Amino acid sequence: MTGKSLRVSWAGTATLIPILMHTRIPIPMRIAIITVIPICTPTVKEGEESRIMIELQQLAKNYGNIQAVAGLDLQITRGEIFGLLGPNGAGKTTTVRMLTMLTLPSAGRALINGYEITRDLSKVKKEIGVVPQHMNLDQELTAWENLELHGRLHKIPRAKRHRRIEELLEYVELTGRAKDLVSKFSGGMKRRLMIARALMHYPSVLFLDEPTVGLDPQTRRRIWDLIRKMNGEEMTVLLTTHYIEEAEMLCHRVGIMDRGRLIALGTPKELKQKVGEVVVEILNHGNTGYNFFKNREEAVQFAGKLEGSVAIRESNLEDVFVELTGRKVGD
Amino acid sequence: MTIDFYTVFWREMLVLKRTFFKFFTSRLVSPLLYLVAFGWGLGRSIQMKSGTYLEFVVPGIIALSAMNTSFNGVGTPLNMSRLYHKTLEEYLIAPISAFSFTLGKVLAGSVRGIIASLIILVLGFLFGARAVPDLWFFLVVLLTCFLFASLGVVAAMTINSHEDMANFTSFIILPMSFLCGTFFSLEKMPKVIACLIEILPLTHASYSLRTLATGGELPWISMAVLAGYAAVFFTAGVLIVRKVR
Repeated sequence: MTGKSLRVSWAGTATLIPILMHTRIPIPMRIAIITVIPICTPTVKEGEESRIMIELQQLAKNYGNIQAVAGLDLQITRGEIFGLLGPNGAGKTTTVRMLTMLTLPSAGRALINGYEITRDLSKVKKEIGVVPQHMNLDQELTAWENLELHGRLHKIPRAKRHRRIEELLEYVELTGRAKDLVSKFSGGMKRRLMIARALMHYPSVLFLDEPTVGLDPQTRRRIWDLIRKMNGEEMTVLLTTHYIEEAEMLCHRVGIMDRGRLIALGTPKELKQKVGEVVVEILNHGNTGYNFFKNREEAVQFAGKLEGSVAIRESNLEDVFVELTGRKVGD
Repeated sequence: MTIDFYTVFWREMLVLKRTFFKFFTSRLVSPLLYLVAFGWGLGRSIQMKSGTYLEFVVPGIIALSAMNTSFNGVGTPLNMSRLYHKTLEEYLIAPISAFSFTLGKVLAGSVRGIIASLIILVLGFLFGARAVPDLWFFLVVLLTCFLFASLGVVAAMTINSHEDMANFTSFIILPMSFLCGTFFSLEKMPKVIACLIEILPLTHASYSLRTLATGGELPWISMAVLAGYAAVFFTAGVLIVRKVR
């Protein structure tokens, strides 16, 4: 499990102090014991850390005869950044739309922090924050008013709501633009405001659909930092992307989707090991051939026998992606 | 729940306040044209049984304007928000009921309709129509606004393109503007057509307003018809919003 942290148990110290007072241990030693003991006792509750926040059971969606999502099974644990990777039309957005209750599933079920998405609607709505792919801020309102509207819709009391707005505007570095109409914002500012809005009601799970699509590299990195920062605060994040490096940089685990199915699942490292960690690229009259190997030695041995242009490099998620989705399509 | 509908309403009022000047002046244009054309131009050569043609036509224009403003005040932006801006999603993922959402939108549309009606009432007075609106008069205006704002929700939530939204206006709203006893009395129409027109809600709105403005008896049948239409359209709106997923 990722994101596991040692939490200091000061409760233990409190019980220790009176006991130590009545012993004959020298005072410096007593102080040392008091400071060292709690630090060495991790109090991570196993159930809390490995709690399943998102669970999909044979979740499916059909549009007429077209199977957009074909029975997904998946479990995402607390504090995880999970990436759904796949080409356009793979079913990523449909999956997110079902999990955020904007589309009804055709079959199967899904649970968010234990609540069924089709039955416990109001409870699920409190658990999730959603940043959709398209810009859907209210352009006729200011940044502050957008957050205020969201806070009011979630019935956050006035004082708490206003404090939260200040806090979040600070968080996404938009404090100075609070009173400006959203229609005047740049793409990156809008995206940041959308993230702030999704966080208004303290959700435990955050859905980000293509969070950096159409943004320049600097803004993209800022968004990544923001996602990591949120995750550091124990937020579970499910993001979809077709940017390979985004998944590789951010995600603890990645699921690769193709034509409505999950065709691979694991950490980026595991997936790379699956196809082979070293690639030999063979340039042949403008066509590039890829050969995957477990280790460098095998690759070098193979490459040695070849003539012409050859490159050896480590594999990346893009190789995994192309290898897994490319062959299936059969071109 | 009480707060929920107010939140939806609050957002609309915020935007209305921000764009009030534009809204206000745009609502002045068409009634002014009607009053000039029908009040001064056409009206002076028309003989009425009692009163002037201007006094006859002002309640009709109020009904017409209440309908247009409330319908478009809800219909167009909601349709845009559902299909184009996607801001509707913000409400769909929020823990508020379809009832609260619809009520908030409909009330906001009604406020716009009422402002438009007041503008005409004042203009009509300046043009010389001595109408005496009482509380019942305003109740009918409110009912008319509520009815057509609800119809706006129904149309915006079911029509899947801006083009068809415009078509809805051309095929349903525009014919009603001219047919429903707005500019002329239905007495002179052929019986069959008059019967058909009497089914339409705007007929009852202009009839009620005209009767009330001239100090006639309470047109309770027409008012009941309006209330019935309002209830049906509002309920339909709520059900459609609920089923939008």
